[in-house]
Amino acid sequence: MSTVADFLDASVRSATPLLLAALGETVSERSGVINVGLEGTIIVGCLAGLATATIVGPTAALAAAAVAGLIFAIIFAIIAIWIGADQIIAGTAITMLGLGLTGTLYRVLYGDAGAALSSPTLAPIGIPMLQDVPLVGRALFRQPLPTYLAVALVPSVWWWLNRTHSGLAMRATGENPAAARSSGISPRRVQTIASLFGGLCGGLAGGTLVLAQVGTFAEGMSAGRGFIAIAIVALGRWSPLGAAMAALFFGMASALQFLFQALDLKLPYQIFLAFPYLLTLVALAFAKGRYRAPAALGARVHAGDIS
Amino acid sequence: MVIPSGTNGAVTSTAPCLALNSISRHFGTVTALDGACLTALTGEVHAILGENGAGKSTLMKIAYGLDQPSAGTIEFHGTRTVLRSPRDAMAHGIGMVQQHFALVDALTVVENVALGSIDQFDLGATAATVRRLSSESGLGLDPDARVGTLAVGARQRLEIIKALSRNAKILILDEPTAVLSPSEAKDLLDWTRRFADAGGTVLLIAHKLREILRIADRVTVLRRGKTVLVSRASDVTEQALADAMLGATGSIQAPRTKASPVSPGQATLSLVNVAARDDFGVARIKNATLEVKSGEIVGIAAIEGAGQRELLRVLAGRLAPTHGTVTLPATVGFVPEDRHRDAIVLDATLTENTALRGAAKQRGLMPWKTLERDTAALLRTRDVRASNEHVAIRTLSGGNQQKFVVGRELADAPAALVVENPTRGLDIRATADVHAALRAARDAGTAVVVYSSDLDEVLLLADRVLVVAGGTVRDVGSDRETVGLAMLDASR
Amino acid sequence: MQTVARLLRMLLEPILAISLSLIAVTLLLAVSGYSVTAALSALWHGAFGSWSVIASGTLVRATPLLFAGLAVAVAFRAGILNIGAEGQLLAGAAAATAVSVTISPAFGIAGTCLALLAGIAAGGMWAGIAAVLRQQFGVLEVISTIMLNVIMLHLTGLLVRGPLQESTATFPQSALIDEALRLPRIFPGTRLHAGVVLGFLSAAILAWFLRSTAGGFRLRMTGANPRAAASAGGIDVARVATSAFIVSGAIAGLGGAVEVTGVTYALYENLSPGYGYTAIAVALLARLNPVAAIGSAVVFGALEAGAAAMQRDAQVPAGMVSVAEACVILVLLATEWIGARAGGWSTLFRGGTPPTKNPGDLPATGDLA
Repeated sequence: MSTVADFLDASVRSATPLLLAALGETVSERSGVINVGLEGTIIVGCLAGLATATIVGPTAALAAAAVAGLIFAIIFAIIAIWIGADQIIAGTAITMLGLGLTGTLYRVLYGDAGAALSSPTLAPIGIPMLQDVPLVGRALFRQPLPTYLAVALVPSVWWWLNRTHSGLAMRATGENPAAARSSGISPRRVQTIASLFGGLCGGLAGGTLVLAQVGTFAEGMSAGRGFIAIAIVALGRWSPLGAAMAALFFGMASALQFLFQALDLKLPYQIFLAFPYLLTLVALAFAKGRYRAPAALGARVHAGDIS
Repeated sequence: MVIPSGTNGAVTSTAPCLALNSISRHFGTVTALDGACLTALTGEVHAILGENGAGKSTLMKIAYGLDQPSAGTIEFHGTRTVLRSPRDAMAHGIGMVQQHFALVDALTVVENVALGSIDQFDLGATAATVRRLSSESGLGLDPDARVGTLAVGARQRLEIIKALSRNAKILILDEPTAVLSPSEAKDLLDWTRRFADAGGTVLLIAHKLREILRIADRVTVLRRGKTVLVSRASDVTEQALADAMLGATGSIQAPRTKASPVSPGQATLSLVNVAARDDFGVARIKNATLEVKSGEIVGIAAIEGAGQRELLRVLAGRLAPTHGTVTLPATVGFVPEDRHRDAIVLDATLTENTALRGAAKQRGLMPWKTLERDTAALLRTRDVRASNEHVAIRTLSGGNQQKFVVGRELADAPAALVVENPTRGLDIRATADVHAALRAARDAGTAVVVYSSDLDEVLLLADRVLVVAGGTVRDVGSDRETVGLAMLDASR
Repeated sequence: MQTVARLLRMLLEPILAISLSLIAVTLLLAVSGYSVTAALSALWHGAFGSWSVIASGTLVRATPLLFAGLAVAVAFRAGILNIGAEGQLLAGAAAATAVSVTISPAFGIAGTCLALLAGIAAGGMWAGIAAVLRQQFGVLEVISTIMLNVIMLHLTGLLVRGPLQESTATFPQSALIDEALRLPRIFPGTRLHAGVVLGFLSAAILAWFLRSTAGGFRLRMTGANPRAAASAGGIDVARVATSAFIVSGAIAGLGGAVEVTGVTYALYENLSPGYGYTAIAVALLARLNPVAAIGSAVVFGALEAGAAAMQRDAQVPAGMVSVAEACVILVLLATEWIGARAGGWSTLFRGGTPPTKNPGDLPATGDLA
């Protein structure tokens, strides 16, 4: 029985950074900006989290990670939104920059060997009574701070997108930037805000990875989580609640390998790792109506725009 | 504030609420506005007239902050202002309904109204506002409908209600009746009258002179970016307006083309009981039967969105009909209205743009030497002004681009040619050149089909006029009145 | 004279991009407390120090970058944002390995060719999935190719632990490809293999195809303005785009096949250190021109080879190269803006996204109507 509880706990833990990054990307994509640089943003958050945790403690380090993500999002926004270059190419550059910069700085800061350096981590916060519920108690009610933060962000982001002016402006911009502009909205400003939020969440995801899960840094430790987040947004059909479910699904898929190890099963876990991506492709292929990608996603709205 | 008693032509207020002074606007080497002026008074319906490309839309975009003038000033109730964006314009109580609606299809009516509003975000309250304005103005609208599902008339009502919800006192309507059925158009114009009588101001871009003289208090006429006439509607005749729009030589009574020197020959294009859908799957043509013979120009008359777009594409072999029999010759030339999007590749060279026609059938290697020679010849014979055939077509003026496209489509002497708004945005000289090319093609035995949103251009060019309305094609002769009625009648 | 001037203008932006990136890297080195001269000298010697370094280091590393760069360039020219070269390259590598470890070494060079063909087919098929998803279901190729990259990575992991694992079943990698089935080395004493020649040849063929053939012309026009290509040219743009996507994948797949038969001689999970992503920088620096891609692949190959030497001799982290690559892309994107002239290469991407649901919402710039 404890194996199942372990599995659920591991699923939620794996899902947390994915959900954080995916929520940010959901907001960004709803405004029409796809940030392939999320991978680079996350790993910058990882290193920032590690570098500050020993000095200011893990909680403040989480904020530092978010700020690092924000800085990367600013670079992305300058190139892709203010200069109006292609989002995909700019995003690819941001990912390369993040991976290269963190690899370099890590060695600079912690020596050539890149010896495993452990950072203080965020302890799980148990909710009395509830954490003792069998099976799901630990998974749902005994998690570190970022998990609760991510869960709280789900309805908050939904509220933002659906019940505020700026959320409406984002959705309109992602569908039809010209119409948004005619309505007195600056697509450029809206998209900037959305992608900065995306960067903030991406940095937070990186920080979570180091401070609540791994407890150390390794080169390339983001391990494709930025791309997983993009898949989660698509599988979650561009809604925060959908992202939460998709993130949990991806989290379960990656937790399966631990379950297999625990049960000493010799199943090829790569199949289970690849499965959510396959499902995402299928879901994308059969998405209809408002479950589709925002109409202007990835479009070069600002190219040649003088104002 | 003086609320004008405002019956047509009896304006009592003389307070200018908005003044556009000596506005110029250049796009690269093209001058769209050249010192244009416009003064709007409180409580009037003010019509703005001009040919296509005269600068009406650009001037109105500047008044709404969507575009910034290269030179000139804007005064609002006597105070100089700068309108950096539509938001600034809205803050001054200026609203605009653009010709191409600025609506987000994926959102609901209420969400579109709330978009960009400065009020507290409350969709319930916005829905109530929509219902109130809808009943007050008589512009019916379902607040919860998704905009993508709305018909064109409802979209326009939504645009107006959106402007009203922001307390617009000055409303700019860019060709609002072009897409409406006659009864809808009448309702809308009557509403503008009431809106002005209640102290609002309407700036109305329109084409139909009769309509304008019926409804407007004053008119401003633009020609080639300049203001050429400002008058009370009651003091001016249709003929005077037309003269002002078209210049001293122009006239709506332009001489009809002399009858074709060749008598029409064999049927070249024919449609029998054809039905066709648009890009969105809406049935636009329901049952069309027609025939175009070699050596004649058939003019197509229709109001915007009547299905002529699909009909022309079926005739040009660019759209497969959903039903019926289509007989086309092996080659059909096609000059679509949006050349930048549909006819040319802006960053490709002139030679490459020549090669584009026939690119589908080309096998093996591209015969670049031959194509270069052909292009050089085309530039010469069609009087296209370009330094050589290796420059990107982007560097040419609109008129030269269009002459190039017409020349290219006629280069292989096609049995039929289909053209759509062939002179939109062109100057008078380029217009004359294009018209001459179409007539020459007809005289050489090509079956020519011409559609223009400007009915007078259709009447000017056509040997025979067909009216597209209500999903079918009718021949009602070529009397302007009759054709005009036929265009509108069946579109209910 | 005019040609020289044009050539200089063409080279201006790439040279500017490379210089600015080197300055950025130098600054980063200095700030991090490394000896800039030692690092740059190690970089230079590692990349161009001797013929053997050029051949075994720079050119060998440039080869997969060239294939992947050509793949990206041909897709971008057709208006397809294929960022799946990574997965397509891996697919090609896996298929070529599967063929090479299965067939008898007696096949010799014919067996090598068979392996390369398998790589081409696998790369094309992997791209074909994204092409079909794009054309039939309207799935953005950006998202689908990212998914397919990850799926292929896991699939490779599965292959080298399962069906393709070496006979002792200890290491997560395939058996070594028999010597008779490897790509021949073309310069004695170096690791330079015949795949380099294949790369140069592919670039030349692709350049000729784009410039001189009807198919290449259709591809370019489809990428530059799909609507005009369809309406004025009667081109079946869906077919052209799908074919270009598959060809793009096939070229990347060939790159993967060349890598296993010419360099690694075995398949393993981390075969590609992100060639498919660096390829985007390669293609952009070459302004999507296949012949210029040779030059830009060599530049990046040199950077990678030099970086290895820099890490070995000056203890400078190799991650610095990614920083340099990222800077090249960012600077190129920025100069596009600074240059801000109409008709630049950037406009090639205009047709890049699938048709929007609201045609006409984004008016053509400078249109007065």
